[in-house]
This record gives sequence, structure tokens and C-alpha cells, in this order.
Amino acid sequence: MTNQNQPLIFERSRKNRTAYSLPELDVPEKPLDEMVGPDYLRENSPEFPEVSELELVRHYMALSKRNFGVDNGFYPLGSCTMKYNPKVNEYIARLDGLTHIHPYQDEQTIQGALELLYRLQNNLQEITGMDAVTLQPAAGAHGEWTGLMIIRAFHEANGDFKRTKVIIPDTAHGTNPASASVAGFEAVTVKSNAHGLVDIDDLRRVADETTAALMLTNPNTLGLFETNIQEIADIIHQAGGKVYYDGANMNAIMGVTRPGDMGYDVVHLNLHKTFTGPHGGGGPGSGPVGVKTELEPFLPKPLIIKKQDGSFGFDNNRPQSIGRVKAFYGNFGINVRAYAYIRTMGGKGLKQVSKDAVLNANYLLKRLSDHFDTPFKRICKHEFVLSGSRQKNLGVRTLDIAKRLLDFGYYPPTIYFPLLVDEALMIEPTETESKETLDAFADHLIAITEEAENTPEIVQEAPHHTVIGRLDETRAARHPVLRYRKQ
Amino acid sequence: MSEFRYLPVTEEDRQEMLATIGVQSDEDLFSDVPEKIRFKGELKLEPKLSEPELLRFFNGLAKKNISTSEYPSFLGAGVYEHYIPSVVDSVISRGEFYTAYTPYQAEVSQGELQAIFEFQSLICELTGMEAANSSMYDGSTALAEAALLSSGVTHNKKIVVSDTVHPEYRQVLATYAHGRGLDIETVPGTDGSTDLKKLEAAMDDHVSCVIVQYPNFFGQIELLRDIEEIVHGAKKAHFIVASNPLSLGILTSPGELMADIVVGDCQPLGITESFGGPHCGYFAVSKKLIRKVPGRLVGETVDEQGQRGYVLTLQAREQHIRREKATSNICSNQALNALASSVAMNAFGKQGITELAYQNIQKAHYAAGKLKESGISVTDGHPFFNEFIIDCRKPVSSVNRQLLEKGIIGGFDLGRAYEQMQNKMLIAVTELRTKNEIDQLTEVLGGIIGD
Repeated sequence: MTNQNQPLIFERSRKNRTAYSLPELDVPEKPLDEMVGPDYLRENSPEFPEVSELELVRHYMALSKRNFGVDNGFYPLGSCTMKYNPKVNEYIARLDGLTHIHPYQDEQTIQGALELLYRLQNNLQEITGMDAVTLQPAAGAHGEWTGLMIIRAFHEANGDFKRTKVIIPDTAHGTNPASASVAGFEAVTVKSNAHGLVDIDDLRRVADETTAALMLTNPNTLGLFETNIQEIADIIHQAGGKVYYDGANMNAIMGVTRPGDMGYDVVHLNLHKTFTGPHGGGGPGSGPVGVKTELEPFLPKPLIIKKQDGSFGFDNNRPQSIGRVKAFYGNFGINVRAYAYIRTMGGKGLKQVSKDAVLNANYLLKRLSDHFDTPFKRICKHEFVLSGSRQKNLGVRTLDIAKRLLDFGYYPPTIYFPLLVDEALMIEPTETESKETLDAFADHLIAITEEAENTPEIVQEAPHHTVIGRLDETRAARHPVLRYRKQ
Repeated sequence: MSEFRYLPVTEEDRQEMLATIGVQSDEDLFSDVPEKIRFKGELKLEPKLSEPELLRFFNGLAKKNISTSEYPSFLGAGVYEHYIPSVVDSVISRGEFYTAYTPYQAEVSQGELQAIFEFQSLICELTGMEAANSSMYDGSTALAEAALLSSGVTHNKKIVVSDTVHPEYRQVLATYAHGRGLDIETVPGTDGSTDLKKLEAAMDDHVSCVIVQYPNFFGQIELLRDIEEIVHGAKKAHFIVASNPLSLGILTSPGELMADIVVGDCQPLGITESFGGPHCGYFAVSKKLIRKVPGRLVGETVDEQGQRGYVLTLQAREQHIRREKATSNICSNQALNALASSVAMNAFGKQGITELAYQNIQKAHYAAGKLKESGISVTDGHPFFNEFIIDCRKPVSSVNRQLLEKGIIGGFDLGRAYEQMQNKMLIAVTELRTKNEIDQLTEVLGGIIGD
């Protein structure tokens, strides 16, 4: 292990150093207590670090070297679609006219921004098969909640207040039930069958006059296409509910099939997954929501519209709208990147994206399927789930395998999710990875399974080559230290 | 030759891979998608562009906007144009940071984890609170989540909010409150700050929290000491303060003034206006609420060798563990913007954060004085930070259009958000406005309003 304890920026601080430069104040000064009053004048400045610019740069350069992104190497984190984040998108998003604009400027001074958003809305409608789109939600979970609030408003507008439940498969992302709860619904679980798909009989059992909606990603979180999606949608519709598409897995189906054609009523997209918005170490994302015409009146306001004179503007006159879900108009900068990506790929290109994502996933699945238990014997879509149960019997847990992958320069797959697969490894290669990368990864993973048989301790004690070893999470949670304090 | 530069799979690769999988064509990999729901043909999107064409196209769109770096701007109202040290963009452009995901695998994410830990620490320093999370979507959702937290902890359904809180923040709060079945009572303001008598009248045993903004939407410094007494006089109510973090360089911290939750947006510190987003909500709490915080928290710990390191912690609060019982549904946050803001705060340092706030208040007061001198009515209320209200005596939209003709972006039209404030304009003056620009605004505005 090669740890050099990395000082906190606070520990690098030396009195009277700075890394900024402001012009001299060019207006006559007034005493502060005259302007603020003594009661609200801060006595001591915040204890911010005092460092020179070079020290600041070196600090963050050192931190960046202790971090791993898609630019560093293969990042097959299932369900997160860690694809390449194009450099040109970063350049475009930083153009002066797209960066230094204020949300409250006069409409005539922001026509370019509005036109961009309007065009993006239209493209997303076509990709999802929906009739209207809002770009306001800031992330996937925010989009889920927005979509559910729209469904709620729809039922309420019909005087239908009994619909208090949202049906969610046992394989769903944790955000689904959490979003349902924030939207005021009770989450009801529908089971998966032995093939990893929604159990239709169980769905019939739980769908009733209290059902507000079903939330379902397709392909589902096991990477399997819900072949019975039309029947599923019919069951929910017959019960009077709406069908919600969690767009986390949109990367598998672009140009192949559309949520709008499968029977879905509402969809959110994760522009930071499918549409190359960088994940940024955890955000920002963007989670636009698309709906069918029937639900359009309930979209958050304002919507971006094209006026009769050809100019672009805001539509605030939406009396049935659920209201605002975020200040201003969403994560514009991420929307810019997504639009740049869509314009780079075009319709044909996006279909190729999904084809290659599915090809890569199936290829990797095939290469690994003799070495791991594969709970579902069928083709997958853009991701797949392996079980580490065979290795567990040798005393090597999935967590150990993940940690051992770190030694070979890979970010590990998502682990222990979905919950219904024992010792799950959820692998999503994405279409931007080459066959050589997939082969090398498969070779390493297979080598780890051999280690699990022959020298399990190497895997159990991994990682061996990272800047730090496994961390004591229990201690972190029992005695939380969440901030620096001067000793 | 591949047509797409982001797609490395060649035709030769494809054939080999299909053979390994044991299927004939890539269509076979979609045989599980029923024929009836197949999309026929090609998505009707705008035509694809090569890289040079793409740059030309987006440059064209960008040029259709007037940027605040072209024209001096006096717009604020929650989003501000401030000095951003160049080092900020340099750091957040590192691929190791911006192409990473949430630091679940701590051993290869120490950089991000430590950066977030430092962010949390900086926010605590500024707000005077005990703990801060790793970020929220923006100030508006942070505020709404604070109210949800309070109602969850106090089991009270009534949220009291001052109407001097940002109107769009209150709209977002209303949407969230409807979801959770909570009631909102809005306390009116007088001369641009919270009416304390009416606040007192709104208090009862069912109040979960009182929300005020400091400085408030009109730039005024609310009397937090008096408000706090009223709030904590009620049985369980939480005192929630939304605060522009920059102002805390010179203002007494809400923590010192006994706030239970402090939220806001870090945009003024290192984040571009970006047409309203992405910005970066912050969320800070007192000690007793640490385990109720929404979103991700980074904590310090040690590895097997006893070496210091950082991990995501107290995850039992979060959606991926607790599902419907989580404190919030938030997953992705605004990590990269939190990083940007951290870099800026560290670049400013102890001296800079104070000087920056100092220049803002000085310039705003200079501007208010100048406008007053020229005969324009400036609302007298509580002391203000870097924003104040003037009376245009005519529709603000037309005043702003005339300012624009002179190459100036005018202030926020308060009539858009407050029925009773027609003809009133909210003017923001940051450190970036020069004396000349302020003098010019005064002259031009004097001409327009004096007509």
C-alpha cells in the first residue's frame, strides 16, 4: 500500500496567504456597523484555509490522482451507464453565451437558450414517444417524484382521491419507493417471477382501485426486457392507474422501441446516463419528464414554447400544473450537453448506441457465464446480473471480488443489487467500450475467480494496490466525524 | 470506417462477438422485444452534425443570447454574477473528478470523498452549523427538504414561511408540501422584511418550522434574533434560515443565531449563472438533526492500517438502503458544483470571503446612495446586503428595455412575483460592478424614470 496521508486543505493553511485577486474598491466606503448594525455583524471571519494559488492547485491535483473516472478506465457500474463524456460537450457548455446568462433576463436576450431547450424538448419527445416534456427536474429521482406528482394531480383532477398506492417491483431502484413516499403515496411491492420479470399474477393481485401508478423500468434492473409489457400496462390501465417509465435503462432501447409505444404514460430520462452528461462525482444530473397528452396540463411550469411569431418564450399560464419543482428552468448546463450529444449522434446514431450497448453486454455475459452463476438464462439488454454465490461457498464474497478488481485498475460493478440475486454483481459495459477492454476485463475477472479457488486470501484481503485499504465504515457511522475542526 | 467517433465496435468486432454469443445478427439480441411495440424506421431527430458543424451551430445559438459578460448586469434575485477564480474551472475540468460517479468504492474515490468532506467543513464554518451534507439540487429544493425534515421530526403539519423568501423557492416548497400533505401559512412582509407581529400571530403548537431568508429576497437583513425568540417560543418548531452564503462573510452566522437548519445555494461562490442551473444547494443542521439529514454525507474514518480516510456514511438514512422509509429520495446531487464552490471558497480563504462580502455591501450601498441622490426612490427598510428595491414609477419591463438599449441589464421586476409591487425593481450590485457602471446606471435610470 502506497498511502501518503493526504493533508486536508485546512491543514495546508498558513496565515495571510491567498489565492484570489479583486480590484481595489473604487467607491467611497461606509463603516460596516452603519450599514448592518452591530447585532448582525460577524465578529470573526469564517475559518477558511489560507493558501496560495499553486498550493491550491497542487492540493486538488493530488486529490484528483486519488480518484477514478471514466477517463481513467473501465467503469462497468451497473444501472449508472458510465459511458464516455464527450469533450466537445464540455467546450460547448462553457461558451460565454450559454454560461453567463441570467435566468431572469428579458426573453429577447435569451432566445438562443430558449431555442436550445425547445429543440431538446422536441428531440426527447421523439426518442420517448411522448407528447410533451419538461426539462425542470434536476436528476432522476427528482424526475420520478415530479412524474408521480403529475399522476397524483391527474387523479385528483378526476376527483379520484382513493388512489394512494404506487406499485413497484422488488427489483426496482431504491429511489422508486422513496420518490413514491415523498409524493405522498404508499409503495406496494410486486414480486418478480423465476425468469426475473414482473409476476403477472402477483400484479393482478395488487392492482386495484387504490392503484395510482406502476413504476417500471424496461429493461428492468436485471437487464431483462419485460416482454409482457403491453399486458402489464393493460392491467394497470384497466385498474385505472398510470404506468411510469423509469428511464434509467433507456440506453438499451433507443430507436428500437419507445416507452410511449409500450403503453407508458409518464417517463423520466437521466440525461447524465444515456445522454452523456458527466456524472460529476455524484451530480449534477438532469431528469426531464415526458408525458402523454392526457397528463400534459399537469406538467410543472413554466414550459418552453415557440410562439406564433417564431420567437421562444415561457408558458406560465397553466392552471392545472403541479407547480414548480425547482427554481428556474432545470439544470440547463446538463441539458446543453445532452442536446450536443443528440445532435452528434442523430436518430441512426442513437439506435447504434443501443445496439452496441446490448452487444457489449451480451458478449461480456457470454465470456463470464461459465465462471459465475447466471440467475437468468437468456439474452440481456444493456446490463446483466451475475451471482457470486459459487465464490461465496469458497469464502470469497462479492465485496471481495469488487475490491480485488480495484487492484487491476477497474471500477467495480454495482454490487448487492438487485436484492433478489444472492451476492449480485451488476455489470453495465456501455457502448463506448471496445472489445479489447471487455476481453481484458473478462480475463481479469476470471483470474479472480481462479484466485478465489486457489488463493482466496488474496481476494479476501484486497485491495492491495490502492492508496488506502478497506475503511472502517462502522466507526464512521458510530462516531460521525463530518467536518474538520481545528485541533 | 465507423461513422461515430464514440462507438469503437468495428464490423469485424461485431461478427466475432456475435459468433461468441452464438447468434446470427444483432437483431437477434432484440428478439425479446415484441414485434407490436417495435419502433419502425429511424427516429425523426434533427440531422446529425460533424464536430465543426456542431461547434458552428452551438456558437450560433450562444450568440443569440446577450451574456452578462457583454453587458453590465444588475440582476440578482437569487442568481448573481460574481468573480470566479480561474482555478475553479481548471480543477473541475479534471476527468478524474467530472467523469466519476458517486464515491461508493472508497479506495479509488478518496479524492472526491475528501473534497466533499472539505466542502461540508467549509459550509459548517460559514453557517456556524454542526454538520452539512454533500449538496442538494439547488437552494429551492434544499429549502423544501428542510421543511419536510422538520415536519417528519416534529410530526407537525404546519409550515410557516415569510413571503420575503424567494418566490420560486416558496413555489417549490408548495409543490413538495402538497405531496406530503403539509399546510403552508405565508406571513406577509412590511417594507421588505418579515412582519414580526404577523409571524407571532401565525405561531401555534402545530407549527413544524418557520422559514425565513437572510438576507431576504429583497436583500434585507431580517431580524433573526427577534424571529428566533418567536420561533423557539413555540413548542417544537424548527427555525429554518435560507441564506446567501457569500453574505455570511460579514453577517453573523445563522448557527450563532440558533438556527436549526440552514440552507441555500452556493451559486454566488464559484458557480456561473448558467441560466439558472446547475447550481448547488447546501444543507446544514444542528447536532440533534444530523441523523435526519437528506442526501449523502461523508465521514472521516481509518483503514486497517489506521490511516485516515473518508467514506460515505450514515447511509441508513438513504434511499438505496431504506427505500420508502428514507429521509429523502435524493440520489444524484450536485457534487461537481460543490467541488467548484469548495475550490472558490478555498481560493478566497479567510481574508477573501470577508473582502468579497465587504465589496458587495459597499458597492450596493454606494449605488443606493447614488440613485437616491438622483431623485429615485429607494425603499427604506432594514439594512441590506447587496440588493435593494427602487421605485421605477412605471412598468419595470419597459424601463429594462430602455436600459438594454443603453447596454445595461436592469434589475428584477418585482411585479412579476408580488402583485402589490408593480413598478418596483430589485437591484443587485456585486463586486464586479465598477463605480463607472453604477454611475452610468444612475444617469440612464434617472433619465428614464425622471421623464
